[in-house]
Amino acid sequence: MQSVYLDHAATTPVREEVFAAMVPYLTEKFGNPSSLHALGREARRDIEEARGRIARELNASPQEILFTSGGTEADNIAIFGAVAGSKKPGKHLVTSAIEHHGVLHPFQALESRGYRLTVLPVDKYGLVDPGELEKVLSPETILVSIMQANNEVGTIQPIQELATLTRAAGALFHTDAVQSLGILPIDLQELPVDLLSASGHKLYGPKGIGFLYRRKGTKLGPTAFGGAQENSLRPGTENVAGIIGLARAVELAVAEQAETSKRLIYLRDKLIAGLTALPQVTLNGHPRLRLPGNVNVSVSRVEGESLILRLDLKGIAVSSGSACTSGALDPSHVLLAMGLNHQAAHGSLRLTLGRSTTEADIDYVLQVAPGIIEGLRQMSPIVD
Amino acid sequence: MYSEKVMDHFQNPRNVGVLPDADGVGEVGNMRCGDIMRLYIKIGKDETIEDIKFQTFGCGAAIATSSMITEIVKGMSLAEAEKVSNRQVAEELDGLPPVKMHCSNLAADALKAAIANYRENRGASS
Repeated sequence: MQSVYLDHAATTPVREEVFAAMVPYLTEKFGNPSSLHALGREARRDIEEARGRIARELNASPQEILFTSGGTEADNIAIFGAVAGSKKPGKHLVTSAIEHHGVLHPFQALESRGYRLTVLPVDKYGLVDPGELEKVLSPETILVSIMQANNEVGTIQPIQELATLTRAAGALFHTDAVQSLGILPIDLQELPVDLLSASGHKLYGPKGIGFLYRRKGTKLGPTAFGGAQENSLRPGTENVAGIIGLARAVELAVAEQAETSKRLIYLRDKLIAGLTALPQVTLNGHPRLRLPGNVNVSVSRVEGESLILRLDLKGIAVSSGSACTSGALDPSHVLLAMGLNHQAAHGSLRLTLGRSTTEADIDYVLQVAPGIIEGLRQMSPIVD
Repeated sequence: MYSEKVMDHFQNPRNVGVLPDADGVGEVGNMRCGDIMRLYIKIGKDETIEDIKFQTFGCGAAIATSSMITEIVKGMSLAEAEKVSNRQVAEELDGLPPVKMHCSNLAADALKAAIANYRENRGASS
Protein backbone atom coordinates (compact mmCIF):
# COMPACT_ATOMS: atom_id res chain seq x y z
CA MET A 1 0.00 0.00 0.00
CA GLN A 2 1.12 3.53 -0.78
CA SER A 3 2.20 5.54 2.25
CA VAL A 4 1.61 9.29 2.18
CA TYR A 5 2.60 11.48 5.14
CA LEU A 6 0.68 14.75 5.12
CA ASP A 7 1.07 15.79 8.75
CA HIS A 8 4.25 17.87 8.59
CA ALA A 9 2.73 20.54 10.85
CA ALA A 10 2.62 17.90 13.60
CA THR A 11 6.20 16.75 13.14
CA THR A 12 8.81 15.95 10.52
CA PRO A 13 11.46 13.25 10.21
CA VAL A 14 15.06 14.11 11.15
CA ARG A 15 17.03 14.79 7.96
CA GLU A 16 19.97 12.52 7.29
CA GLU A 17 22.42 15.43 7.35
CA VAL A 18 21.01 16.49 10.71
CA PHE A 19 21.19 13.00 12.15
CA ALA A 20 24.77 12.57 10.95
CA ALA A 21 25.76 15.84 12.60
CA MET A 22 24.23 14.74 15.91
CA VAL A 23 25.64 11.23 16.24
CA PRO A 24 29.12 12.16 17.54
CA TYR A 25 27.51 14.16 20.37
CA LEU A 26 25.52 11.14 21.52
CA THR A 27 28.61 8.94 21.52
CA GLU A 28 32.23 10.03 21.74
CA LYS A 29 31.65 13.78 22.22
CA PHE A 30 29.37 13.25 25.19
CA GLY A 31 30.83 15.93 27.47
CA ASN A 32 28.78 18.22 29.69
CA PRO A 33 29.30 21.80 28.45
CA SER A 34 29.68 22.95 32.08
CA SER A 35 32.64 20.61 32.73
CA LEU A 36 36.11 22.14 32.80
CA HIS A 37 37.96 19.23 31.20
CA ALA A 38 38.65 18.82 27.49
CA LEU A 39 35.43 16.87 26.74
CA GLY A 40 33.34 19.54 28.43
CA ARG A 41 35.20 22.39 26.74
CA GLU A 42 34.65 20.74 23.37
CA ALA A 43 30.89 20.47 23.99
CA ARG A 44 30.77 24.12 25.14
CA ARG A 45 32.67 25.30 22.09
CA ASP A 46 30.42 23.35 19.72
CA ILE A 47 27.09 24.49 21.17
CA GLU A 48 28.31 28.09 21.13
CA GLU A 49 29.30 27.64 17.53
CA ALA A 50 25.83 26.22 16.80
CA ARG A 51 24.25 29.23 18.51
CA GLY A 52 26.27 31.50 16.25
CA ARG A 53 25.18 29.63 13.14
CA ILE A 54 21.50 29.88 14.04
CA ALA A 55 21.90 33.59 14.83
CA ARG A 56 23.60 34.19 11.48
CA GLU A 57 20.76 32.54 9.54
CA LEU A 58 18.23 34.85 11.19
CA ASN A 59 20.36 38.01 11.20
CA ALA A 60 20.53 38.01 15.00
CA SER A 61 23.37 37.93 17.55
CA PRO A 62 24.45 34.67 19.22
CA GLN A 63 23.62 35.95 22.72
CA GLU A 64 20.04 36.53 21.54
CA ILE A 65 19.44 32.78 21.07
CA LEU A 66 18.41 30.73 24.14
CA PHE A 67 18.10 27.00 23.69
CA THR A 68 14.97 25.39 25.11
CA SER A 69 13.35 21.97 25.02
CA GLY A 70 11.05 23.11 22.22
CA GLY A 71 8.39 25.59 21.19
CA THR A 72 6.16 25.23 24.22
CA GLU A 73 9.00 25.81 26.68
CA ALA A 74 10.17 28.82 24.64
CA ASP A 75 6.61 30.23 24.80
CA ASN A 76 6.47 29.69 28.56
CA ILE A 77 9.85 31.31 29.19
CA ALA A 78 8.90 34.27 26.98
CA ILE A 79 5.50 34.86 28.59
CA PHE A 80 6.19 34.14 32.26
CA GLY A 81 9.68 35.65 31.88
CA ALA A 82 8.37 38.91 30.40
CA VAL A 83 5.90 39.24 33.25
CA ALA A 84 8.54 38.38 35.88
CA GLY A 85 10.96 40.87 34.34
CA SER A 86 8.49 43.73 33.93
CA LYS A 87 8.95 46.85 36.04
CA LYS A 88 5.65 48.31 34.86
CA PRO A 89 2.88 48.93 37.35
CA GLY A 90 0.37 47.66 34.74
CA LYS A 91 -0.81 44.08 34.49
CA HIS A 92 -2.24 43.94 30.98
CA LEU A 93 -1.50 41.14 28.49
CA VAL A 94 -2.72 40.67 24.92
CA THR A 95 -2.93 37.60 22.71
CA SER A 96 -5.17 36.27 19.94
CA ALA A 97 -7.96 33.70 19.90
CA ILE A 98 -6.09 31.36 17.54
CA GLU A 99 -2.83 30.87 19.42
CA HIS A 100 -1.34 27.45 20.11
CA HIS A 101 -2.05 26.20 23.62
CA GLY A 102 1.65 26.76 24.36
CA VAL A 103 0.78 30.47 24.38
CA LEU A 104 -2.91 30.50 25.35
CA HIS A 105 -2.54 28.38 28.46
CA PRO A 106 0.32 30.40 30.03
CA PHE A 107 -1.77 33.54 29.49
CA GLN A 108 -4.82 31.89 31.04
CA ALA A 109 -2.70 30.86 34.02
CA LEU A 110 -1.57 34.48 34.43
CA GLU A 111 -5.16 35.68 34.13
CA SER A 112 -6.11 33.41 37.02
CA ARG A 113 -3.30 35.05 39.02
CA GLY A 114 -4.80 38.51 38.56
CA TYR A 115 -3.42 39.74 35.23
CA ARG A 116 -5.83 41.39 32.82
CA LEU A 117 -5.95 39.44 29.56
CA THR A 118 -7.28 40.65 26.22
CA VAL A 119 -7.84 37.93 23.62
CA LEU A 120 -8.11 39.55 20.19
CA PRO A 121 -10.68 38.09 17.80
CA VAL A 122 -9.86 37.01 14.24
CA ASP A 123 -11.79 37.35 10.98
CA LYS A 124 -13.15 34.42 8.96
CA TYR A 125 -9.68 33.78 7.51
CA GLY A 126 -8.06 33.69 10.94
CA LEU A 127 -6.42 37.12 10.61
CA VAL A 128 -5.89 39.50 13.52
CA ASP A 129 -6.81 43.09 12.67
CA PRO A 130 -4.00 45.51 13.69
CA GLY A 131 -6.71 48.12 14.30
CA GLU A 132 -8.16 45.89 17.03
CA LEU A 133 -4.75 45.63 18.67
CA GLU A 134 -4.23 49.38 18.52
CA LYS A 135 -7.52 49.88 20.37
CA VAL A 136 -6.55 47.75 23.36
CA LEU A 137 -2.90 48.76 23.81
CA SER A 138 -2.27 50.98 26.82
CA PRO A 139 0.62 52.09 29.05
CA GLU A 140 -0.39 49.16 31.25
CA THR A 141 0.29 46.58 28.53
CA ILE A 142 3.30 44.40 29.35
CA LEU A 143 3.29 41.90 26.51
CA VAL A 144 1.54 41.11 23.24
CA SER A 145 1.90 37.61 21.75
CA ILE A 146 0.59 36.76 18.29
CA MET A 147 1.79 33.81 16.28
CA GLN A 148 3.48 34.36 12.94
CA ALA A 149 1.53 31.58 11.20
CA ASN A 150 -1.22 29.37 12.51
CA ASN A 151 -0.60 25.64 12.95
CA GLU A 152 -4.11 24.55 11.98
CA VAL A 153 -5.16 26.76 9.09
CA GLY A 154 -1.79 28.20 8.07
CA THR A 155 -2.89 31.84 8.11
CA ILE A 156 0.06 34.25 8.14
CA GLN A 157 -0.41 37.27 10.41
CA PRO A 158 0.71 40.84 9.68
CA ILE A 159 3.46 40.52 12.31
CA GLN A 160 5.45 43.51 11.07
CA GLU A 161 2.51 45.82 11.64
CA LEU A 162 1.37 44.21 14.91
CA ALA A 163 4.87 44.34 16.38
CA THR A 164 5.43 47.93 15.30
CA LEU A 165 2.19 49.04 16.99
CA THR A 166 3.11 47.13 20.15
CA ARG A 167 6.54 48.68 20.39
CA ALA A 168 5.15 52.16 19.84
CA ALA A 169 2.96 51.53 22.89
CA GLY A 170 6.00 50.56 24.95
CA ALA A 171 5.11 46.88 25.35
CA LEU A 172 7.04 43.74 24.40
CA PHE A 173 6.06 41.70 21.36
CA HIS A 174 6.41 37.91 21.24
CA THR A 175 5.64 35.69 18.27
CA ASP A 176 5.34 31.93 18.15
CA ALA A 177 7.21 31.06 14.94
CA VAL A 178 7.12 27.29 15.42
CA GLN A 179 5.23 26.78 12.15
CA SER A 180 7.03 29.47 10.16
CA LEU A 181 10.73 29.43 11.00
CA GLY A 182 12.63 28.00 8.05
CA ILE A 183 9.40 28.05 6.04
CA LEU A 184 8.92 31.80 5.69
CA PRO A 185 11.92 34.12 5.33
CA ILE A 186 12.79 35.69 8.70
CA ASP A 187 15.23 38.57 9.18
CA LEU A 188 15.33 39.72 12.79
CA GLN A 189 16.88 43.06 11.89
CA GLU A 190 13.76 43.74 9.81
CA LEU A 191 11.07 42.08 11.94
CA PRO A 192 10.57 44.22 15.05
CA VAL A 193 9.79 41.40 17.49
CA ASP A 194 11.35 41.22 20.96
CA LEU A 195 10.80 37.51 21.48
CA LEU A 196 10.32 34.61 19.07
CA SER A 197 9.80 30.89 19.73
CA ALA A 198 10.95 28.08 17.44
CA SER A 199 11.05 24.30 17.50
CA GLY A 200 13.46 21.78 15.95
CA HIS A 201 11.17 18.94 14.98
CA LYS A 202 8.97 21.01 12.70
CA LEU A 203 11.93 21.68 10.42
CA TYR A 204 13.51 18.23 10.10
CA GLY A 205 15.46 18.54 13.32
CA PRO A 206 15.05 16.36 16.41
CA LYS A 207 12.27 16.55 18.99
CA GLY A 208 13.12 17.98 22.41
CA ILE A 209 15.00 21.03 21.16
CA GLY A 210 13.97 24.55 20.24
CA PHE A 211 14.98 28.09 20.99
CA LEU A 212 13.76 31.43 22.18
CA TYR A 213 15.08 34.50 20.41
CA ARG A 214 15.37 37.37 22.87
CA ARG A 215 16.32 40.74 21.42
CA LYS A 216 19.20 42.41 23.22
CA GLY A 217 17.89 44.54 26.08
CA THR A 218 14.65 42.56 26.52
CA LYS A 219 14.32 41.90 30.22
CA LEU A 220 13.11 38.44 31.24
CA GLY A 221 12.86 37.19 34.79
CA PRO A 222 13.79 33.60 35.62
CA THR A 223 10.91 31.13 35.77
CA ALA A 224 12.82 27.92 36.54
CA PHE A 225 15.76 27.52 38.90
CA GLY A 226 18.69 25.20 39.31
CA GLY A 227 21.55 26.30 37.09
CA ALA A 228 23.18 29.16 35.22
CA GLN A 229 22.71 27.67 31.75
CA GLU A 230 21.19 29.86 29.04
CA ASN A 231 21.59 33.00 31.16
CA SER A 232 19.81 31.24 34.03
CA LEU A 233 16.60 31.40 31.98
CA ARG A 234 16.67 27.72 31.08
CA PRO A 235 18.61 25.95 33.81
CA GLY A 236 19.70 22.37 33.26
CA THR A 237 22.35 20.59 31.21
CA GLU A 238 22.11 21.55 27.56
CA ASN A 239 20.77 19.08 25.00
CA VAL A 240 24.07 19.10 23.13
CA ALA A 241 23.20 16.70 20.31
CA GLY A 242 19.83 18.39 19.90
CA ILE A 243 21.45 21.82 19.64
CA ILE A 244 23.92 20.60 17.02
CA GLY A 245 21.06 19.01 15.08
CA LEU A 246 18.90 22.11 15.37
CA ALA A 247 21.64 24.34 13.96
CA ARG A 248 22.10 22.06 10.96
CA ALA A 249 18.32 21.86 10.42
CA VAL A 250 17.93 25.65 10.52
CA GLU A 251 20.80 26.15 8.07
CA LEU A 252 19.37 23.66 5.61
CA ALA A 253 15.82 24.99 5.93
CA VAL A 254 16.92 28.58 5.34
CA ALA A 255 19.14 27.63 2.41
CA GLU A 256 16.32 25.71 0.71
CA GLN A 257 13.48 27.97 1.82
CA ALA A 258 12.71 29.75 -1.45
CA GLU A 259 12.85 26.63 -3.59
CA THR A 260 10.87 24.44 -1.15
CA SER A 261 8.28 27.13 -0.76
CA LYS A 262 7.72 27.45 -4.50
CA ARG A 263 7.36 23.68 -4.93
CA LEU A 264 4.99 23.29 -1.97
CA ILE A 265 2.77 26.19 -3.01
CA TYR A 266 2.20 24.49 -6.36
CA LEU A 267 1.33 21.16 -4.70
CA ARG A 268 -0.76 22.87 -1.99
CA ASP A 269 -2.84 24.75 -4.53
CA LYS A 270 -3.37 21.62 -6.58
CA LEU A 271 -4.60 19.77 -3.48
CA ILE A 272 -6.85 22.66 -2.45
CA ALA A 273 -8.33 22.89 -5.95
CA GLY A 274 -8.94 19.14 -6.08
CA LEU A 275 -10.54 18.87 -2.66
CA THR A 276 -12.71 21.98 -2.91
CA ALA A 277 -13.98 20.77 -6.29
CA LEU A 278 -15.75 17.96 -4.38
CA PRO A 279 -19.31 18.73 -3.33
CA GLN A 280 -19.55 20.67 -0.05
CA VAL A 281 -15.87 20.72 0.75
CA THR A 282 -14.74 24.22 1.71
CA LEU A 283 -11.35 25.79 2.39
CA ASN A 284 -10.53 27.02 5.90
CA GLY A 285 -8.01 29.82 6.29
CA HIS A 286 -6.77 32.44 3.86
CA PRO A 287 -6.43 31.58 0.18
CA ARG A 288 -3.20 33.57 -0.23
CA LEU A 289 -1.75 34.56 3.19
CA ARG A 290 -1.11 30.92 3.94
CA LEU A 291 1.82 28.66 4.81
CA PRO A 292 3.15 26.94 1.67
CA GLY A 293 2.42 23.46 3.02
CA ASN A 294 -0.96 23.97 4.69
CA VAL A 295 -4.30 22.68 3.44
CA ASN A 296 -7.34 22.77 5.73
CA VAL A 297 -10.84 21.96 4.56
CA SER A 298 -14.22 21.24 6.12
CA VAL A 299 -16.14 18.29 4.76
CA SER A 300 -19.84 18.70 5.42
CA ARG A 301 -21.88 15.94 7.12
CA VAL A 302 -18.77 13.96 8.04
CA GLU A 303 -16.80 13.82 11.29
CA GLY A 304 -13.04 14.37 11.23
CA GLU A 305 -11.82 11.36 13.19
CA SER A 306 -13.70 8.98 10.90
CA LEU A 307 -12.11 10.69 7.92
CA ILE A 308 -8.64 10.39 9.44
CA LEU A 309 -9.09 6.70 10.25
CA ARG A 310 -10.46 5.84 6.81
CA LEU A 311 -7.61 7.76 5.12
CA ASP A 312 -5.13 6.06 7.45
CA LEU A 313 -6.44 2.68 6.30
CA LYS A 314 -5.40 3.81 2.79
CA GLY A 315 -1.95 4.81 4.03
CA ILE A 316 -2.60 8.56 4.23
CA ALA A 317 -1.59 10.34 7.48
CA VAL A 318 -3.48 13.59 8.16
CA SER A 319 -5.10 15.37 11.12
CA SER A 320 -8.32 17.13 12.09
CA GLY A 321 -9.68 19.80 14.40
CA SER A 322 -12.55 17.59 15.56
CA ALA A 323 -13.10 17.19 19.29
CA CYS A 324 -12.30 13.48 19.10
CA THR A 325 -8.81 14.13 17.83
CA SER A 326 -8.05 16.96 20.23
CA GLY A 327 -8.92 14.84 23.25
CA ALA A 328 -11.27 17.61 24.35
CA LEU A 329 -15.04 17.94 24.29
CA ASP A 330 -15.10 20.89 21.92
CA PRO A 331 -13.59 21.00 18.46
CA SER A 332 -10.68 23.28 17.52
CA HIS A 333 -10.71 26.69 19.22
CA VAL A 334 -9.07 28.10 16.10
CA LEU A 335 -11.87 27.08 13.75
CA LEU A 336 -14.56 28.20 16.21
CA ALA A 337 -12.79 31.59 16.58
CA MET A 338 -12.93 31.94 12.79
CA GLY A 339 -16.69 31.60 13.01
CA LEU A 340 -17.12 28.02 11.82
CA ASN A 341 -20.07 26.17 13.31
CA HIS A 342 -19.55 22.96 15.26
CA GLN A 343 -20.34 20.70 12.32
CA ALA A 344 -17.78 22.39 10.08
CA ALA A 345 -15.18 22.30 12.84
CA HIS A 346 -15.80 18.61 13.61
CA GLY A 347 -15.58 17.90 9.88
CA SER A 348 -12.26 19.66 9.37
CA LEU A 349 -9.28 17.97 7.80
CA ARG A 350 -5.71 19.29 7.88
CA LEU A 351 -3.20 18.06 5.32
CA THR A 352 0.28 19.54 5.71
CA LEU A 353 2.88 19.04 3.01
CA GLY A 354 6.64 18.87 3.39
CA ARG A 355 9.95 17.91 1.83
CA SER A 356 8.94 14.35 1.03
CA THR A 357 5.62 15.30 -0.59
CA THR A 358 5.40 14.53 -4.31
CA GLU A 359 2.81 15.25 -6.95
CA ALA A 360 2.01 11.52 -6.96
CA ASP A 361 1.08 11.83 -3.26
CA ILE A 362 -1.35 14.62 -4.04
CA ASP A 363 -2.84 12.65 -6.94
CA TYR A 364 -3.26 9.62 -4.69
CA VAL A 365 -5.12 11.64 -2.03
CA LEU A 366 -7.37 13.16 -4.67
CA GLN A 367 -8.07 9.70 -6.05
CA VAL A 368 -8.89 8.12 -2.65
CA ALA A 369 -10.64 10.96 -0.79
CA PRO A 370 -13.89 11.22 -2.81
CA GLY A 371 -14.84 7.58 -2.16
CA ILE A 372 -14.07 7.85 1.56
CA ILE A 373 -16.09 11.04 1.92
CA GLU A 374 -19.00 9.56 -0.02
CA GLY A 375 -18.91 6.38 2.08
CA LEU A 376 -19.07 8.30 5.34
CA ARG A 377 -21.76 10.63 4.04
CA GLN A 378 -23.94 7.64 3.17
CA MET A 379 -23.75 6.69 6.83
CA SER A 380 -24.54 10.20 8.08
CA PRO A 381 -27.90 11.19 9.56
CA ILE A 382 -27.20 14.86 8.82
CA VAL A 383 -29.09 16.37 5.93
CA ASP A 384 -28.25 19.71 4.40
CA MET B 1 -5.91 3.01 20.24
CA TYR B 2 -8.95 1.06 19.00
CA SER B 3 -9.38 -2.73 19.33
CA GLU B 4 -9.47 -4.93 16.24
CA LYS B 5 -13.21 -5.41 16.73
CA VAL B 6 -13.81 -1.65 16.79
CA MET B 7 -11.78 -1.26 13.61
CA ASP B 8 -13.67 -4.12 11.97
CA HIS B 9 -17.05 -2.54 12.73
CA PHE B 10 -15.72 0.88 11.71
CA GLN B 11 -14.43 -0.42 8.38
CA ASN B 12 -17.34 -2.75 7.65
CA PRO B 13 -20.29 -1.35 9.55
CA ARG B 14 -23.31 -3.68 9.72
CA ASN B 15 -26.86 -2.54 9.04
CA VAL B 16 -26.17 0.97 7.81
CA GLY B 17 -29.08 2.89 6.39
CA VAL B 18 -32.69 3.85 6.84
CA LEU B 19 -35.82 1.74 7.39
CA PRO B 20 -38.53 3.64 5.51
CA ASP B 21 -41.29 1.71 7.32
CA ALA B 22 -39.66 1.82 10.76
CA ASP B 23 -41.89 1.34 13.79
CA GLY B 24 -39.58 3.39 15.98
CA VAL B 25 -36.76 5.90 15.44
CA GLY B 26 -34.37 7.06 18.16
CA GLU B 27 -31.75 9.80 17.96
CA VAL B 28 -29.16 10.78 20.56
CA GLY B 29 -26.06 12.96 20.75
CA ASN B 30 -25.49 16.53 19.65
CA MET B 31 -23.37 18.47 17.21
CA ARG B 32 -21.44 20.26 19.92
CA CYS B 33 -19.76 17.01 20.94
CA GLY B 34 -19.67 15.79 17.37
CA ASP B 35 -21.60 12.54 17.70
CA ILE B 36 -25.15 11.98 16.44
CA MET B 37 -26.67 8.50 16.20
CA ARG B 38 -30.01 7.56 14.72
CA LEU B 39 -31.47 4.05 15.00
CA TYR B 40 -34.47 2.69 13.10
CA ILE B 41 -36.30 -0.43 14.35
CA LYS B 42 -38.90 -2.65 12.74
CA ILE B 43 -40.88 -4.69 15.26
CA GLY B 44 -42.11 -8.16 14.31
CA LYS B 45 -44.48 -10.55 16.05
CA ASP B 46 -44.04 -11.20 19.79
CA GLU B 47 -42.44 -7.79 20.04
CA THR B 48 -39.09 -8.83 18.64
CA ILE B 49 -36.71 -6.58 16.72
CA GLU B 50 -37.19 -7.87 13.20
CA ASP B 51 -34.91 -5.36 11.53
CA ILE B 52 -32.66 -2.51 12.64
CA LYS B 53 -30.58 0.06 10.79
CA PHE B 54 -28.45 3.03 11.82
CA GLN B 55 -27.07 6.34 10.61
CA THR B 56 -24.23 7.93 12.53
CA PHE B 57 -22.21 11.13 12.32
CA GLY B 58 -19.23 10.65 14.57
CA CYS B 59 -15.85 9.18 15.30
CA GLY B 60 -14.69 5.59 14.90
CA ALA B 61 -16.13 4.61 18.27
CA ALA B 62 -19.51 6.16 17.48
CA ILE B 63 -19.77 4.23 14.22
CA ALA B 64 -18.52 0.96 15.71
CA THR B 65 -20.89 1.06 18.71
CA SER B 66 -23.82 1.82 16.39
CA SER B 67 -22.91 -1.11 14.19
CA MET B 68 -22.35 -3.42 17.16
CA ILE B 69 -25.71 -2.74 18.80
CA THR B 70 -27.55 -3.61 15.60
CA GLU B 71 -25.84 -7.01 15.65
CA ILE B 72 -26.52 -7.58 19.35
CA VAL B 73 -30.25 -6.82 19.35
CA LYS B 74 -31.41 -8.01 15.93
CA GLY B 75 -33.96 -10.78 16.64
CA MET B 76 -34.13 -9.96 20.37
CA SER B 77 -37.37 -9.31 22.21
CA LEU B 78 -37.91 -5.69 23.18
CA ALA B 79 -37.78 -6.63 26.85
CA GLU B 80 -34.32 -8.14 26.41
CA ALA B 81 -33.08 -5.41 24.07
CA GLU B 82 -34.00 -2.74 26.58
CA LYS B 83 -31.61 -4.26 29.08
CA VAL B 84 -28.58 -3.83 26.82
CA SER B 85 -26.32 -1.12 28.25
CA ASN B 86 -23.72 1.17 26.71
CA ARG B 87 -21.11 -0.62 28.79
CA GLN B 88 -22.14 -3.98 27.34
CA VAL B 89 -21.81 -2.64 23.80
CA ALA B 90 -18.30 -1.41 24.62
CA GLU B 91 -17.42 -4.80 26.13
CA GLU B 92 -18.61 -6.63 23.02
CA LEU B 93 -16.15 -4.45 21.08
CA ASP B 94 -13.32 -5.51 23.44
CA GLY B 95 -13.42 -2.11 25.10
CA LEU B 96 -13.12 1.53 24.06
CA PRO B 97 -10.48 4.13 24.95
CA PRO B 98 -11.47 5.84 28.25
CA VAL B 99 -12.03 9.22 26.57
CA LYS B 100 -14.60 7.62 24.25
CA MET B 101 -16.60 5.90 26.98
CA HIS B 102 -18.86 8.85 27.72
CA CYS B 103 -18.88 10.87 24.51
CA SER B 104 -19.19 8.26 21.79
CA ASN B 105 -20.72 5.29 23.58
CA LEU B 106 -24.38 6.14 23.12
CA ALA B 107 -25.77 3.28 21.03
CA ALA B 108 -27.83 1.74 23.85
CA ASP B 109 -29.32 5.16 24.57
CA ALA B 110 -30.28 5.46 20.90
CA LEU B 111 -31.95 2.05 21.05
CA LYS B 112 -33.89 2.97 24.19
CA ALA B 113 -35.03 6.14 22.43
CA ALA B 114 -36.16 4.11 19.41
CA ILE B 115 -38.10 1.66 21.63
CA ALA B 116 -39.74 4.56 23.49
CA ASN B 117 -40.68 6.07 20.15
CA TYR B 118 -42.20 2.75 19.02
CA ARG B 119 -44.29 2.57 22.20
CA GLU B 120 -45.47 6.14 21.74
CA ASN B 121 -46.43 5.43 18.14
CA ARG B 122 -48.31 2.28 19.14
CA GLY B 123 -50.05 4.06 22.00
CA ALA B 124 -51.16 6.80 19.65
CA SER B 125 -52.55 4.40 17.06
CA SER B 126 -54.46 2.05 19.40
